[in-house]
Amino acid sequence: MTATQPEVAPDPRPAAASPLRRLLPGPPGAAGPRGSTLLRHLVLAVLAGTAVVLLTNQLPPYQNLQVARVCAFLCVTAGYTVLVGLNGQLSLGHGALMATGAYTVALVQQGFEERAVQGRWILPLSLLLAAAVTAVAGLVIGLAAARLRGPYLAGVTLAVATLVPALTTIFTDLFNGEQGLRFPAETPPAFLGAYFQPERWLAWVALLAALLTMLLMANLVRSRFGRSLRAVRDDEVAARLAGIHVARNQVLAFVVSAACAGLGGGVYAVLTATVAPGKFSLDLSLFLLMAIVIGGLGSLAGAVWGAVLLVALQDLPSLITETFTLPSGLAQRLEGNLALAVFGLILIVVMLVAPGGLQGAARTLTARLRPGRPATRR
Amino acid sequence: MDRFLFLTFDGLSTGAVYAAFALALVLIWRAARLVNFAQGAMAVATAYVGYAVVSVTGSYWLGLGAAVLAGLALGALVERVLMRFVGHANPLNDVIVALGLVLLIQAVLGIVFGNEYRPAAAPFDTDALTVGGIAAMSPYDLWVLGAVLVVVALLGLLFTRTPIGLRMRASAFAPEVSRLLGVNVGRMLTVGWALAAAVGALAGMLVVPTGLGLHPHAMDLVFVVAFTAAVVGGLDSPAGAVVGGLLVGLILSYVTGYLGPDTTPLAVLVLLLAVLLVRPGGLFSSVRARHV
Repeated sequence: MTATQPEVAPDPRPAAASPLRRLLPGPPGAAGPRGSTLLRHLVLAVLAGTAVVLLTNQLPPYQNLQVARVCAFLCVTAGYTVLVGLNGQLSLGHGALMATGAYTVALVQQGFEERAVQGRWILPLSLLLAAAVTAVAGLVIGLAAARLRGPYLAGVTLAVATLVPALTTIFTDLFNGEQGLRFPAETPPAFLGAYFQPERWLAWVALLAALLTMLLMANLVRSRFGRSLRAVRDDEVAARLAGIHVARNQVLAFVVSAACAGLGGGVYAVLTATVAPGKFSLDLSLFLLMAIVIGGLGSLAGAVWGAVLLVALQDLPSLITETFTLPSGLAQRLEGNLALAVFGLILIVVMLVAPGGLQGAARTLTARLRPGRPATRR
Repeated sequence: MDRFLFLTFDGLSTGAVYAAFALALVLIWRAARLVNFAQGAMAVATAYVGYAVVSVTGSYWLGLGAAVLAGLALGALVERVLMRFVGHANPLNDVIVALGLVLLIQAVLGIVFGNEYRPAAAPFDTDALTVGGIAAMSPYDLWVLGAVLVVVALLGLLFTRTPIGLRMRASAFAPEVSRLLGVNVGRMLTVGWALAAAVGALAGMLVVPTGLGLHPHAMDLVFVVAFTAAVVGGLDSPAGAVVGGLLVGLILSYVTGYLGPDTTPLAVLVLLLAVLLVRPGGLFSSVRARHV
């Protein structure tokens, strides 16, 4: 609550332009007096984007696909960490929200394919619709969630997460049950040349989505809305006394987070041009949770760490089984399970030892190295 | 009408299992004010132990005993080694650690036993007896119902008639005062976790033979249903958990029977939301479940 106290006075001016901002202790990384937040984030996004594009030009297809997967997960983790870390609402249904986005993309693209409509605008349109449809789903869950707290909300969203396979079977005409849906694979546009690596193009698409999400989230976190999110997390009564509509704030947080998850799920579907309920099991929701916990709850930089780890750790078992010669039975059992075990162990250890996650640990470290600047709370 | 009766008996039998599961959740909620999201995974782990003993010795009863003992040990272990050290600054921390435990337990089970479904034999006939031309309960259903009722009665006696039950209730109700009066509150917490995990292990052993099969993810949906049952009854009330379990079992049995098995998760979600939005404290709770 300390970080939000100066905002208690109603401020009619737009928050970003407010001179009050200079007086705020400010969230970590936000050097208040250094000009416009939006501009700074734009520059950062362009720099990061350029760096990744340069990187993808050097990488072979499989690695580019992994970059694309990291970007797809980043869309989800960025919105998820804002919901859990900054607003204090624990959702376990983000795997299901990703599925909503993925199925929306698949259905939209299939619809256009059946009507023999083609065009480069179909991809952005389907991704936009994925975010929109998932935002509506998030609104429905969020409306219920605004009345629920802690374990109750976790239980309800857990029930949502178990719903995905059931729904695809109930509406099997639409979702094609366990088999899932296929749609035309995304191909690089013609002006890039006939021999352009398709995976590189996918990585660029995913990168654009991730940068857009990160840019929006970074500005949102620093905005008036972002501060009211934290106020609600820290003390609902105090937030209400400060004039924040708690329920509306929580629902809005859920909607924003769901839209990000929908976009990420849509991009994730585009990468393989298929969707199936098996990909969006309960484990996916738990993986996402692990990603944001390890990165540091509420930290967008932590969301990047989490997304990278999520992709990197999933390749760990095959690496181990390739490096060491194991009996085939054991290798087969390790294949799907080792990553799970490592994820679970990391989740527990991080929660017990460093609840701030990687980003929190890094923050404490830099604060210790620079004695002039005390470690700020996120 | 026959179908309705059949579904009713079936619902009572599965409801008894949900009741035992919900009871395990309520025991931990009362002792430590947290919902143990790892309850399902812990029950699966103990069921694996139980059926490993069954396959070695050939005796279901030895397996059941082993599972319950494994539950006691696992519950105490989880509390002593893990939950005790979770920071309570943020109420989400318990849930996140428990979910990490879910991933870990399921993965270890998958590595040790494999991810495939294993059939689990029931100790009694699972075909329904016909009474007066109507298919009623199977002997196995009767055993499930009886076992759960006996456990509930024993727990009731433990909490109301024994010194250790009194101490457990006291340390849950007023930890500081109990500590001043010489109750070892930490040990009571461990005992609470052990008891809850043992009840969960029993529920797991009872539910696995009913067509569920033994599988690292066998309890995922069962846990959600049990959570619903506990919420229906009110997380604070052991009697509510039993009634909630039976009620949820009946409702799900009718939904599954008349609308098809795929609708179960949807029905669970609707039921859970309905109860939480209309009566957040549960149907039988007089205490406010949340303070805003």
